[in-house]
Amino acid sequence: MTLTQKILAAHCGKKSLTAGEMIMARVDLALGNDITCPPAIAAFESAGGTRVFDPDKVAIVLDHFAPNKDIASARQCATCRSFAEKQGIKSFFDVGQMGIEHALLPEKGLAKPNMLIIGADSHTCTYGALGAFATGVGSTDLAYAYKTGELWFRVPQAIKITLEGKLRTDVSGKDLILHIIGKIGVSGARYASLEFGGNVSALGMDDRFTVCNMAIEAGAKNGIFPVDDATDAYTAVSCGTAFERVYADADAEYERELTIDLDALEHTVAKPHLPENTETLSSLAKRKIKIDQVVIGSCTNGRLSDMEAAYKVLKGNKVAKGVRVIIIPATQEIYLKSIERGYIQAFIEAGAAVSTPTCGPCLGGHMGILSDGEVAVATTNRNFIGRMGAKSAEIYLASPHVAARAALLGHIG
Amino acid sequence: MTETKASGRAFKFADNVDTDAIIAARYLNVSDFAALAAHCMEDIDDGFAKAVADGDYIIAGENFGCGSSREHAPAVIKACGVRAVIAKSFARIFYRNAINIGLAIVECAAAVDDAADGDAFEVNLTKGVVVNVTKRKTYSVPPYPEEIKRIIDRGGLLA
Repeated sequence: MTLTQKILAAHCGKKSLTAGEMIMARVDLALGNDITCPPAIAAFESAGGTRVFDPDKVAIVLDHFAPNKDIASARQCATCRSFAEKQGIKSFFDVGQMGIEHALLPEKGLAKPNMLIIGADSHTCTYGALGAFATGVGSTDLAYAYKTGELWFRVPQAIKITLEGKLRTDVSGKDLILHIIGKIGVSGARYASLEFGGNVSALGMDDRFTVCNMAIEAGAKNGIFPVDDATDAYTAVSCGTAFERVYADADAEYERELTIDLDALEHTVAKPHLPENTETLSSLAKRKIKIDQVVIGSCTNGRLSDMEAAYKVLKGNKVAKGVRVIIIPATQEIYLKSIERGYIQAFIEAGAAVSTPTCGPCLGGHMGILSDGEVAVATTNRNFIGRMGAKSAEIYLASPHVAARAALLGHIG
Repeated sequence: MTETKASGRAFKFADNVDTDAIIAARYLNVSDFAALAAHCMEDIDDGFAKAVADGDYIIAGENFGCGSSREHAPAVIKACGVRAVIAKSFARIFYRNAINIGLAIVECAAAVDDAADGDAFEVNLTKGVVVNVTKRKTYSVPPYPEEIKRIIDRGGLLA
Protein backbone atom coordinates (compact mmCIF):
# COMPACT_ATOMS: atom_id res chain seq x y z
CA MET A 1 0.00 0.00 0.00
CA THR A 2 1.00 3.61 -0.50
CA LEU A 3 1.33 5.86 2.55
CA THR A 4 -2.09 7.35 1.78
CA GLN A 5 -3.68 3.91 1.49
CA LYS A 6 -2.15 2.85 4.83
CA ILE A 7 -3.63 5.87 6.62
CA LEU A 8 -7.02 5.29 4.98
CA ALA A 9 -6.92 1.59 5.91
CA ALA A 10 -6.23 2.49 9.55
CA HIS A 11 -9.33 4.71 9.48
CA CYS A 12 -11.76 2.16 8.09
CA GLY A 13 -10.65 -0.89 10.05
CA LYS A 14 -9.20 -2.74 7.05
CA LYS A 15 -5.87 -4.48 6.78
CA SER A 16 -5.36 -3.58 3.16
CA LEU A 17 -6.91 -1.41 0.49
CA THR A 18 -6.50 -1.13 -3.23
CA ALA A 19 -6.91 1.87 -5.50
CA GLY A 20 -10.47 2.38 -6.71
CA GLU A 21 -12.12 0.77 -3.67
CA MET A 22 -14.90 2.77 -2.01
CA ILE A 23 -14.67 3.10 1.76
CA MET A 24 -16.43 4.78 4.65
CA ALA A 25 -13.68 6.15 6.91
CA ARG A 26 -13.44 7.74 10.33
CA VAL A 27 -12.64 11.47 10.34
CA ASP A 28 -10.15 12.85 12.92
CA LEU A 29 -10.64 16.52 12.11
CA ALA A 30 -13.33 18.34 10.10
CA LEU A 31 -12.55 21.91 9.07
CA GLY A 32 -14.78 24.65 7.72
CA ASN A 33 -14.45 28.38 7.09
CA ASP A 34 -16.72 31.41 6.81
CA ILE A 35 -17.65 30.61 3.19
CA THR A 36 -18.10 26.85 3.33
CA CYS A 37 -19.43 26.45 6.88
CA PRO A 38 -22.77 28.26 6.52
CA PRO A 39 -24.03 25.86 3.80
CA ALA A 40 -22.69 22.92 5.87
CA ILE A 41 -24.53 24.14 8.96
CA ALA A 42 -27.72 24.52 6.91
CA ALA A 43 -27.34 21.01 5.45
CA PHE A 44 -26.52 19.53 8.88
CA GLU A 45 -29.57 21.10 10.49
CA SER A 46 -31.96 20.35 7.65
CA ALA A 47 -30.85 16.70 7.81
CA GLY A 48 -31.94 16.65 11.45
CA GLY A 49 -28.47 17.18 12.94
CA THR A 50 -28.50 18.51 16.49
CA ARG A 51 -25.06 17.73 17.97
CA VAL A 52 -21.85 17.36 15.97
CA PHE A 53 -20.22 13.93 16.31
CA ASP A 54 -17.38 15.28 18.49
CA PRO A 55 -16.91 19.03 19.05
CA ASP A 56 -13.20 18.45 19.73
CA LYS A 57 -12.76 17.10 16.20
CA VAL A 58 -14.33 20.11 14.52
CA ALA A 59 -12.45 23.30 13.64
CA ILE A 60 -13.96 26.50 12.25
CA VAL A 61 -11.75 29.34 11.05
CA LEU A 62 -13.13 32.70 9.93
CA ASP A 63 -10.46 33.69 7.42
CA HIS A 64 -11.79 34.16 3.90
CA PHE A 65 -13.83 37.35 4.12
CA ALA A 66 -12.78 38.17 7.69
CA PRO A 67 -12.30 40.64 9.28
CA ASN A 68 -15.82 41.04 7.85
CA LYS A 69 -15.56 42.78 4.50
CA ASP A 70 -19.24 43.70 4.23
CA ILE A 71 -22.61 43.10 5.86
CA ALA A 72 -23.27 39.84 4.01
CA SER A 73 -19.87 38.45 5.07
CA ALA A 74 -20.52 39.60 8.63
CA ARG A 75 -23.73 37.55 8.61
CA GLN A 76 -21.89 34.43 7.41
CA CYS A 77 -19.29 34.86 10.16
CA ALA A 78 -22.09 35.38 12.70
CA THR A 79 -23.73 32.11 11.57
CA CYS A 80 -20.44 30.25 12.15
CA ARG A 81 -19.88 31.97 15.48
CA SER A 82 -23.24 31.01 16.93
CA PHE A 83 -22.95 27.43 15.63
CA ALA A 84 -19.51 27.07 17.27
CA GLU A 85 -20.88 28.40 20.54
CA LYS A 86 -23.97 26.21 20.45
CA GLN A 87 -21.92 23.10 19.64
CA GLY A 88 -19.14 23.79 22.14
CA ILE A 89 -16.47 23.83 19.44
CA LYS A 90 -13.23 24.91 21.10
CA SER A 91 -11.20 25.11 17.92
CA PHE A 92 -13.11 28.14 16.70
CA PHE A 93 -10.86 30.95 15.54
CA ASP A 94 -12.24 34.45 15.23
CA VAL A 95 -10.60 37.81 14.51
CA GLY A 96 -7.71 38.31 16.92
CA GLN A 97 -6.90 34.60 17.13
CA MET A 98 -7.59 33.50 13.60
CA GLY A 99 -5.06 32.99 10.88
CA ILE A 100 -5.33 31.50 7.43
CA GLU A 101 -6.70 28.04 8.22
CA HIS A 102 -3.99 25.94 6.58
CA ALA A 103 -1.20 27.82 8.33
CA LEU A 104 -3.12 27.95 11.60
CA LEU A 105 -4.18 24.32 12.19
CA PRO A 106 -0.64 22.87 12.00
CA GLU A 107 0.71 25.73 14.14
CA LYS A 108 -1.94 25.08 16.80
CA GLY A 109 -1.14 21.35 16.84
CA LEU A 110 -4.58 20.43 15.49
CA ALA A 111 -3.25 18.89 12.27
CA LYS A 112 -0.94 15.97 13.09
CA PRO A 113 0.81 13.05 11.40
CA ASN A 114 -1.28 9.96 10.47
CA MET A 115 -4.60 11.77 10.91
CA LEU A 116 -7.48 11.70 8.44
CA ILE A 117 -8.43 15.35 7.95
CA ILE A 118 -11.21 16.69 5.80
CA GLY A 119 -11.84 20.35 5.16
CA ALA A 120 -14.44 22.23 3.18
CA ASP A 121 -11.63 24.05 1.44
CA SER A 122 -9.66 22.66 -1.44
CA HIS A 123 -6.29 23.56 0.12
CA THR A 124 -6.91 21.22 3.06
CA CYS A 125 -4.37 19.00 1.29
CA THR A 126 -1.71 21.24 2.90
CA TYR A 127 -1.55 19.00 6.01
CA GLY A 128 -0.05 16.18 3.98
CA ALA A 129 3.23 17.95 4.74
CA LEU A 130 2.90 16.51 8.25
CA GLY A 131 2.29 12.97 7.03
CA ALA A 132 -1.49 13.19 7.40
CA PHE A 133 -4.12 12.21 4.84
CA ALA A 134 -5.85 15.51 4.25
CA THR A 135 -8.25 16.38 1.47
CA GLY A 136 -10.69 19.06 0.40
CA VAL A 137 -14.40 18.27 0.31
CA GLY A 138 -17.67 20.16 -0.10
CA SER A 139 -20.11 21.56 2.43
CA THR A 140 -22.48 18.57 2.23
CA ASP A 141 -19.52 16.27 2.95
CA LEU A 142 -18.67 18.44 5.94
CA ALA A 143 -22.27 18.29 7.15
CA TYR A 144 -22.24 14.49 6.80
CA ALA A 145 -19.03 14.31 8.84
CA TYR A 146 -20.53 16.64 11.47
CA LYS A 147 -23.41 14.21 11.76
CA THR A 148 -21.65 10.85 11.60
CA GLY A 149 -17.91 11.37 12.14
CA GLU A 150 -17.32 9.49 8.88
CA LEU A 151 -17.10 10.14 5.16
CA TRP A 152 -16.96 8.19 1.89
CA PHE A 153 -13.76 8.03 -0.13
CA ARG A 154 -12.57 6.39 -3.26
CA VAL A 155 -9.14 4.96 -2.42
CA PRO A 156 -6.73 6.87 -4.64
CA GLN A 157 -3.97 5.57 -6.86
CA ALA A 158 -0.69 7.45 -6.49
CA ILE A 159 2.04 9.26 -8.31
CA LYS A 160 5.44 8.92 -6.66
CA ILE A 161 7.71 11.94 -6.76
CA THR A 162 11.29 11.24 -5.74
CA LEU A 163 13.38 14.25 -4.78
CA GLU A 164 17.12 14.20 -5.40
CA GLY A 165 19.79 16.71 -4.42
CA LYS A 166 19.29 20.06 -2.72
CA LEU A 167 17.53 23.32 -3.55
CA ARG A 168 19.71 26.17 -4.75
CA THR A 169 19.86 29.34 -2.65
CA ASP A 170 16.54 31.23 -2.76
CA VAL A 171 14.84 28.48 -4.78
CA SER A 172 11.90 27.20 -2.74
CA GLY A 173 9.09 24.71 -2.38
CA LYS A 174 6.93 27.06 -4.48
CA ASP A 175 9.30 26.71 -7.42
CA LEU A 176 9.22 22.94 -6.94
CA ILE A 177 5.44 22.59 -6.95
CA LEU A 178 5.00 25.02 -9.86
CA HIS A 179 7.60 22.99 -11.77
CA ILE A 180 5.72 19.76 -11.02
CA ILE A 181 2.35 21.24 -12.06
CA GLY A 182 3.96 22.58 -15.22
CA LYS A 183 5.23 19.08 -15.94
CA ILE A 184 2.11 17.02 -15.23
CA GLY A 185 -0.63 19.63 -15.84
CA VAL A 186 -3.63 20.82 -13.84
CA SER A 187 -5.32 17.45 -14.21
CA GLY A 188 -2.14 15.36 -14.19
CA ALA A 189 -2.85 13.94 -10.74
CA ARG A 190 -6.65 13.91 -10.93
CA TYR A 191 -8.11 11.56 -8.25
CA ALA A 192 -4.56 10.51 -7.27
CA SER A 193 -2.22 11.04 -4.34
CA LEU A 194 1.07 12.84 -4.86
CA GLU A 195 3.46 10.91 -2.63
CA PHE A 196 6.83 12.51 -2.03
CA GLY A 197 9.95 10.55 -1.22
CA GLY A 198 13.71 10.49 -1.73
CA ASN A 199 15.67 13.34 -0.20
CA VAL A 200 12.70 15.01 1.48
CA SER A 201 15.07 16.43 4.09
CA ALA A 202 16.08 18.96 1.40
CA LEU A 203 12.79 20.70 2.13
CA GLY A 204 11.99 22.44 5.40
CA MET A 205 8.48 22.16 6.81
CA ASP A 206 7.29 25.48 5.34
CA ASP A 207 8.37 24.34 1.88
CA ARG A 208 6.56 21.02 2.38
CA PHE A 209 3.37 22.88 3.37
CA THR A 210 3.64 24.94 0.16
CA VAL A 211 4.20 21.84 -1.97
CA CYS A 212 1.28 19.88 -0.48
CA ASN A 213 -0.93 22.99 -0.52
CA MET A 214 -0.79 23.13 -4.31
CA ALA A 215 -1.24 19.38 -4.90
CA ILE A 216 -4.88 20.25 -5.66
CA GLU A 217 -3.65 22.49 -8.48
CA ALA A 218 -2.50 19.31 -10.24
CA GLY A 219 -5.95 17.84 -9.53
CA ALA A 220 -4.63 15.59 -6.74
CA LYS A 221 -6.76 14.23 -3.94
CA ASN A 222 -3.89 14.77 -1.53
CA GLY A 223 -0.16 15.34 -1.33
CA ILE A 224 1.87 13.62 1.36
CA PHE A 225 5.38 13.56 2.83
CA PRO A 226 6.65 10.82 5.14
CA VAL A 227 7.37 11.85 8.73
CA ASP A 228 11.07 12.53 9.38
CA ASP A 229 13.25 14.48 11.81
CA ALA A 230 11.98 17.82 10.50
CA THR A 231 8.38 16.71 11.14
CA ASP A 232 9.34 15.56 14.64
CA ALA A 233 10.96 18.93 15.36
CA TYR A 234 7.81 20.70 14.13
CA THR A 235 5.35 18.60 16.13
CA ALA A 236 7.61 18.82 19.20
CA VAL A 237 6.67 22.52 19.23
CA SER A 238 3.07 22.27 17.96
CA CYS A 239 1.99 19.13 19.87
CA GLY A 240 4.75 18.59 22.41
CA THR A 241 5.51 15.14 20.98
CA ALA A 242 6.68 13.11 18.02
CA PHE A 243 4.48 10.61 16.16
CA GLU A 244 4.75 7.11 14.77
CA ARG A 245 6.51 7.00 11.42
CA VAL A 246 4.45 5.27 8.74
CA TYR A 247 5.94 4.55 5.34
CA ALA A 248 4.65 3.27 2.03
CA ASP A 249 5.30 -0.45 1.50
CA ALA A 250 8.31 -1.29 -0.64
CA ASP A 251 5.97 -2.97 -3.14
CA ALA A 252 3.41 -0.14 -3.22
CA GLU A 253 1.96 0.45 -6.67
CA TYR A 254 2.26 3.80 -8.38
CA GLU A 255 0.57 4.75 -11.63
CA ARG A 256 3.46 7.04 -12.46
CA GLU A 257 6.87 7.93 -11.01
CA LEU A 258 8.78 11.17 -11.40
CA THR A 259 12.23 12.12 -10.22
CA ILE A 260 13.06 15.76 -9.61
CA ASP A 261 16.65 16.99 -9.54
CA LEU A 262 16.45 19.80 -7.00
CA ASP A 263 19.93 21.07 -7.89
CA ALA A 264 18.69 21.85 -11.39
CA LEU A 265 15.45 23.49 -10.25
CA GLU A 266 15.12 27.16 -11.19
CA HIS A 267 12.82 29.94 -10.04
CA THR A 268 9.52 29.11 -11.72
CA VAL A 269 6.50 31.29 -12.47
CA ALA A 270 2.98 30.28 -13.56
CA LYS A 271 1.57 32.66 -16.16
CA PRO A 272 -2.11 33.52 -16.69
CA HIS A 273 -4.57 31.77 -16.58
CA LEU A 274 -3.61 28.29 -15.32
CA PRO A 275 -1.07 27.09 -12.74
CA GLU A 276 0.32 24.64 -15.34
CA ASN A 277 1.32 27.50 -17.63
CA THR A 278 4.83 27.70 -16.20
CA GLU A 279 8.07 29.25 -17.36
CA THR A 280 11.41 29.68 -15.63
CA LEU A 281 12.10 33.15 -14.29
CA SER A 282 15.33 33.35 -16.29
CA SER A 283 13.33 32.97 -19.48
CA LEU A 284 10.31 35.07 -18.47
CA ALA A 285 12.46 37.94 -17.13
CA LYS A 286 13.59 38.79 -20.67
CA ARG A 287 10.12 40.11 -21.43
CA LYS A 288 10.21 42.58 -18.49
CA ILE A 289 6.48 42.21 -17.84
CA LYS A 290 5.31 45.36 -16.07
CA ILE A 291 3.28 44.83 -12.91
CA ASP A 292 0.76 46.82 -10.88
CA GLN A 293 0.52 44.78 -7.69
CA VAL A 294 2.39 42.22 -5.60
CA VAL A 295 0.72 40.03 -2.98
CA ILE A 296 2.88 38.04 -0.57
CA GLY A 297 0.85 35.79 1.71
CA SER A 298 -1.96 33.17 1.55
CA CYS A 299 -2.22 29.56 2.73
CA THR A 300 0.43 28.78 0.13
CA ASN A 301 3.13 31.28 1.11
CA GLY A 302 2.26 33.29 4.21
CA ARG A 303 4.51 31.44 6.67
CA LEU A 304 7.51 32.72 8.59
CA SER A 305 10.11 31.52 6.08
CA ASP A 306 8.07 33.23 3.34
CA MET A 307 8.17 36.48 5.31
CA GLU A 308 11.91 35.95 5.76
CA ALA A 309 12.41 35.42 2.01
CA ALA A 310 10.54 38.66 1.26
CA TYR A 311 12.49 40.49 3.97
CA LYS A 312 15.84 39.44 2.53
CA VAL A 313 14.92 41.06 -0.78
CA LEU A 314 13.03 44.12 0.48
CA LYS A 315 15.11 45.27 3.47
CA GLY A 316 16.76 48.63 2.87
CA ASN A 317 15.15 48.93 -0.57
CA LYS A 318 12.14 50.78 -1.96
CA VAL A 319 9.18 49.32 -3.81
CA ALA A 320 9.11 50.49 -7.47
CA LYS A 321 6.96 53.53 -8.19
CA GLY A 322 3.47 52.57 -9.29
CA VAL A 323 3.54 49.09 -7.69
CA ARG A 324 1.22 48.31 -4.79
CA VAL A 325 2.73 45.71 -2.48
CA ILE A 326 0.53 43.89 0.04
CA ILE A 327 2.10 41.52 2.56
CA ILE A 328 -0.09 39.30 4.72
CA PRO A 329 1.46 37.11 7.43
CA ALA A 330 -0.78 34.05 7.60
CA THR A 331 -1.29 33.84 11.38
CA GLN A 332 -1.04 36.06 14.45
CA GLU A 333 2.03 34.12 15.58
CA ILE A 334 3.76 34.58 12.23
CA TYR A 335 2.79 38.27 12.35
CA LEU A 336 4.25 38.68 15.86
CA LYS A 337 7.47 36.86 14.99
CA SER A 338 7.77 38.99 11.86
CA ILE A 339 7.54 42.08 14.07
CA GLU A 340 10.12 40.71 16.55
CA ARG A 341 12.54 39.93 13.72
CA GLY A 342 12.18 43.38 12.16
CA TYR A 343 10.53 42.08 8.97
CA ILE A 344 7.41 44.22 9.31
CA GLN A 345 9.36 47.43 9.86
CA ALA A 346 11.45 46.66 6.79
CA PHE A 347 8.31 45.98 4.73
CA ILE A 348 6.70 49.26 5.76
CA GLU A 349 9.92 51.22 5.20
CA ALA A 350 10.17 49.66 1.74
CA GLY A 351 6.71 50.99 0.93
CA ALA A 352 4.62 47.82 1.36
CA ALA A 353 1.23 47.58 3.09
CA VAL A 354 1.00 44.92 5.80
CA SER A 355 -2.32 43.34 6.77
CA THR A 356 -3.79 41.26 9.57
CA PRO A 357 -4.21 37.59 8.50
CA THR A 358 -6.89 36.99 5.85
CA CYS A 359 -7.32 35.04 2.61
CA GLY A 360 -8.57 38.38 1.23
CA PRO A 361 -7.02 39.12 -2.16
CA CYS A 362 -6.12 35.53 -3.11
CA LEU A 363 -9.72 34.76 -4.06
CA GLY A 364 -10.71 38.29 -5.03
CA GLY A 365 -12.47 38.86 -1.73
CA HIS A 366 -10.99 42.07 -0.38
CA MET A 367 -7.66 43.74 0.54
CA GLY A 368 -6.27 44.21 -2.94
CA ILE A 369 -8.71 43.55 -5.79
CA LEU A 370 -7.35 44.03 -9.32
CA SER A 371 -8.83 46.50 -11.82
CA ASP A 372 -9.27 45.98 -15.57
CA GLY A 373 -6.12 44.87 -17.33
CA GLU A 374 -3.94 45.06 -14.22
CA VAL A 375 -1.07 42.65 -13.71
CA ALA A 376 -0.18 41.06 -10.40
CA VAL A 377 2.56 38.80 -9.10
CA ALA A 378 1.13 36.78 -6.24
CA THR A 379 2.51 34.06 -3.99
CA THR A 380 -1.00 32.57 -3.96
CA ASN A 381 -2.19 29.38 -5.65
CA ARG A 382 -4.55 30.15 -8.53
CA ASN A 383 -4.31 32.46 -11.51
CA PHE A 384 -7.70 31.68 -13.06
CA ILE A 385 -9.61 34.36 -14.97
CA GLY A 386 -11.21 36.75 -12.49
CA ARG A 387 -9.63 35.06 -9.46
CA MET A 388 -8.27 38.28 -7.91
CA GLY A 389 -10.67 40.79 -9.39
CA ALA A 390 -11.48 42.03 -12.90
CA LYS A 391 -11.66 39.27 -15.49
CA SER A 392 -9.19 41.10 -17.73
CA ALA A 393 -6.59 41.21 -14.93
CA GLU A 394 -3.58 38.91 -15.16
CA ILE A 395 -2.00 36.93 -12.32
CA TYR A 396 1.49 35.48 -12.25
CA LEU A 397 2.11 32.94 -9.47
CA ALA A 398 5.56 32.92 -7.91
CA SER A 399 7.56 32.40 -4.72
CA PRO A 400 7.93 35.17 -2.12
CA HIS A 401 11.53 35.73 -3.30
CA VAL A 402 10.48 36.22 -6.92
CA ALA A 403 7.45 38.33 -5.94
CA ALA A 404 9.60 40.61 -3.75
CA ARG A 405 12.09 41.04 -6.58
CA ALA A 406 9.27 42.08 -8.89
CA ALA A 407 8.09 44.55 -6.24
CA LEU A 408 11.44 46.35 -6.40
CA LEU A 409 11.87 46.15 -10.17
CA GLY A 410 8.31 47.05 -11.16
CA HIS A 411 8.42 44.12 -13.58
CA ILE A 412 8.97 40.37 -13.41
CA GLY A 413 12.71 39.77 -13.25
CA MET B 1 -31.16 12.87 -10.45
CA THR B 2 -33.93 10.84 -12.01
CA GLU B 3 -34.79 9.75 -15.48
CA THR B 4 -34.77 12.64 -17.94
CA LYS B 5 -36.33 12.64 -21.37
CA ALA B 6 -37.23 15.98 -22.92
CA SER B 7 -34.39 17.54 -24.87
CA GLY B 8 -32.51 20.66 -23.80
CA ARG B 9 -30.02 22.97 -25.36
CA ALA B 10 -26.28 22.36 -25.01
CA PHE B 11 -23.97 25.14 -23.82
CA LYS B 12 -20.47 24.11 -24.78
CA PHE B 13 -17.36 25.01 -22.78
CA ALA B 14 -13.64 24.21 -23.10
CA ASP B 15 -11.25 22.25 -20.84
CA ASN B 16 -10.49 23.23 -17.23
CA VAL B 17 -13.60 25.26 -16.45
CA ASP B 18 -12.71 26.23 -12.87
CA THR B 19 -15.00 26.87 -9.95
CA ASP B 20 -14.07 30.57 -9.94
CA ALA B 21 -15.45 30.71 -13.49
CA ILE B 22 -18.59 28.80 -12.49
CA ILE B 23 -19.24 31.14 -9.57
CA ALA B 24 -16.67 33.80 -8.68
CA ALA B 25 -15.62 33.97 -5.02
CA ARG B 26 -16.50 37.66 -4.91
CA TYR B 27 -20.16 36.61 -4.75
CA LEU B 28 -19.69 34.06 -1.97
CA ASN B 29 -20.54 36.45 0.83
CA VAL B 30 -23.98 34.86 0.51
CA SER B 31 -24.99 31.18 0.26
CA ASP B 32 -28.33 31.68 -1.52
CA PHE B 33 -27.79 29.48 -4.56
CA ALA B 34 -30.85 30.72 -6.44
CA ALA B 35 -29.62 34.30 -6.12
CA LEU B 36 -26.08 33.31 -7.09
CA ALA B 37 -27.37 31.62 -10.27
CA ALA B 38 -27.49 35.04 -11.98
CA HIS B 39 -23.65 35.05 -11.90
CA CYS B 40 -23.06 31.50 -13.15
CA MET B 41 -20.17 31.37 -15.67
CA GLU B 42 -20.05 35.19 -15.63
CA ASP B 43 -16.31 35.65 -16.23
CA ILE B 44 -16.08 33.23 -19.16
CA ASP B 45 -19.56 33.63 -20.72
CA ASP B 46 -21.50 36.61 -19.44
CA GLY B 47 -24.60 35.67 -21.44
CA PHE B 48 -24.92 32.15 -20.01
CA ALA B 49 -26.98 32.86 -16.90
CA LYS B 50 -29.62 34.75 -18.90
CA ALA B 51 -29.72 32.31 -21.81
CA VAL B 52 -29.81 29.01 -19.91
CA ALA B 53 -33.25 27.52 -19.31
CA ASP B 54 -34.66 24.66 -17.25
CA GLY B 55 -33.62 21.32 -18.72
CA ASP B 56 -30.57 22.60 -20.62
CA TYR B 57 -27.14 20.94 -20.57
CA ILE B 58 -23.55 22.01 -20.03
CA ILE B 59 -21.08 20.24 -22.30
CA ALA B 60 -17.42 20.63 -21.37
CA GLY B 61 -13.94 19.25 -21.92
CA GLU B 62 -11.46 17.81 -19.43
CA ASN B 63 -11.24 18.58 -15.71
CA PHE B 64 -14.56 20.41 -15.36
CA GLY B 65 -14.91 22.12 -11.97
CA CYS B 66 -11.22 22.30 -11.08
CA GLY B 67 -10.02 24.58 -8.31
CA SER B 68 -11.92 25.46 -5.18
CA SER B 69 -14.02 23.03 -3.13
CA ARG B 70 -16.96 25.44 -3.11
CA GLU B 71 -20.15 23.43 -3.32
CA HIS B 72 -21.71 26.66 -4.51
CA ALA B 73 -20.39 25.69 -7.99
CA PRO B 74 -22.55 22.59 -8.64
CA ALA B 75 -25.36 24.10 -6.54
CA VAL B 76 -25.48 27.20 -8.73
CA ILE B 77 -25.42 25.12 -11.93
CA LYS B 78 -28.32 23.12 -10.52
CA ALA B 79 -30.13 26.33 -9.54
CA CYS B 80 -29.80 27.52 -13.17
CA GLY B 81 -31.96 24.55 -14.14
CA VAL B 82 -29.15 22.62 -15.84
CA ARG B 83 -30.26 19.00 -16.12
CA ALA B 84 -26.80 17.48 -16.44
CA VAL B 85 -23.18 18.38 -17.04
CA ILE B 86 -21.60 16.18 -19.70
CA ALA B 87 -17.81 16.44 -19.71
CA LYS B 88 -14.74 14.48 -20.74
CA SER B 89 -13.68 14.41 -17.09
CA PHE B 90 -14.42 16.13 -13.77
CA ALA B 91 -12.18 17.51 -11.04
CA ARG B 92 -12.60 15.24 -8.03
CA ILE B 93 -14.07 17.66 -5.46
CA PHE B 94 -16.58 18.94 -8.01
CA TYR B 95 -17.47 15.34 -8.84
CA ARG B 96 -18.24 14.41 -5.24
CA ASN B 97 -20.04 17.70 -4.58
CA ALA B 98 -22.29 17.15 -7.60
CA ILE B 99 -23.09 13.59 -6.48
CA ASN B 100 -23.67 14.75 -2.91
CA ILE B 101 -26.21 17.43 -3.90
CA GLY B 102 -27.89 15.51 -6.72
CA LEU B 103 -26.61 17.32 -9.81
CA ALA B 104 -26.37 14.84 -12.69
CA ILE B 105 -22.88 14.54 -14.15
CA VAL B 106 -21.84 12.32 -17.00
CA GLU B 107 -18.39 11.49 -18.34
CA CYS B 108 -18.63 10.99 -22.10
CA ALA B 109 -15.73 12.21 -24.23
CA ALA B 110 -17.24 11.16 -27.57
CA ALA B 111 -20.43 13.13 -26.97
CA VAL B 112 -18.36 16.18 -26.06
CA ASP B 113 -16.18 15.89 -29.16
CA ASP B 114 -19.20 15.68 -31.47
CA ALA B 115 -21.27 18.38 -29.78
CA ALA B 116 -21.67 21.92 -31.04
CA ASP B 117 -22.94 24.79 -28.95
CA GLY B 118 -26.72 24.88 -29.26
CA ASP B 119 -27.22 21.20 -30.12
CA ALA B 120 -30.28 19.56 -28.59
CA PHE B 121 -29.44 16.84 -26.06
CA GLU B 122 -31.25 14.19 -24.06
CA VAL B 123 -29.82 12.20 -21.16
CA ASN B 124 -31.30 9.07 -19.64
CA LEU B 125 -29.16 7.98 -16.72
CA THR B 126 -31.30 4.98 -15.89
CA LYS B 127 -30.64 3.55 -19.33
CA GLY B 128 -27.11 4.99 -19.39
CA VAL B 129 -27.52 6.91 -22.65
CA VAL B 130 -26.69 10.38 -23.88
CA VAL B 131 -28.39 11.49 -27.10
CA ASN B 132 -27.34 14.37 -29.33
CA VAL B 133 -30.75 14.92 -30.95
CA THR B 134 -29.43 17.49 -33.44
CA LYS B 135 -26.67 15.17 -34.70
CA ARG B 136 -28.81 12.03 -34.26
CA LYS B 137 -26.12 10.28 -32.27
CA THR B 138 -26.54 8.09 -29.21
CA TYR B 139 -23.77 7.34 -26.74
CA SER B 140 -23.80 4.80 -23.96
CA VAL B 141 -22.22 5.77 -20.65
CA PRO B 142 -20.93 3.33 -18.02
CA PRO B 143 -22.95 3.06 -14.80
CA TYR B 144 -21.77 4.79 -11.63
CA PRO B 145 -20.01 2.64 -9.02
CA GLU B 146 -22.59 0.95 -6.75
CA GLU B 147 -21.79 3.10 -3.68
CA ILE B 148 -22.19 6.32 -5.67
CA LYS B 149 -25.37 5.04 -7.28
CA ARG B 150 -26.85 4.55 -3.81
CA ILE B 151 -26.17 8.23 -2.97
CA ILE B 152 -27.71 9.29 -6.27
CA ASP B 153 -30.74 7.04 -5.81
CA ARG B 154 -31.59 8.57 -2.47
CA GLY B 155 -31.22 12.08 -3.92
CA GLY B 156 -27.95 13.13 -2.33
CA LEU B 157 -25.62 12.31 0.56
CA LEU B 158 -27.85 13.74 3.29
CA ALA B 159 -31.20 13.12 1.63
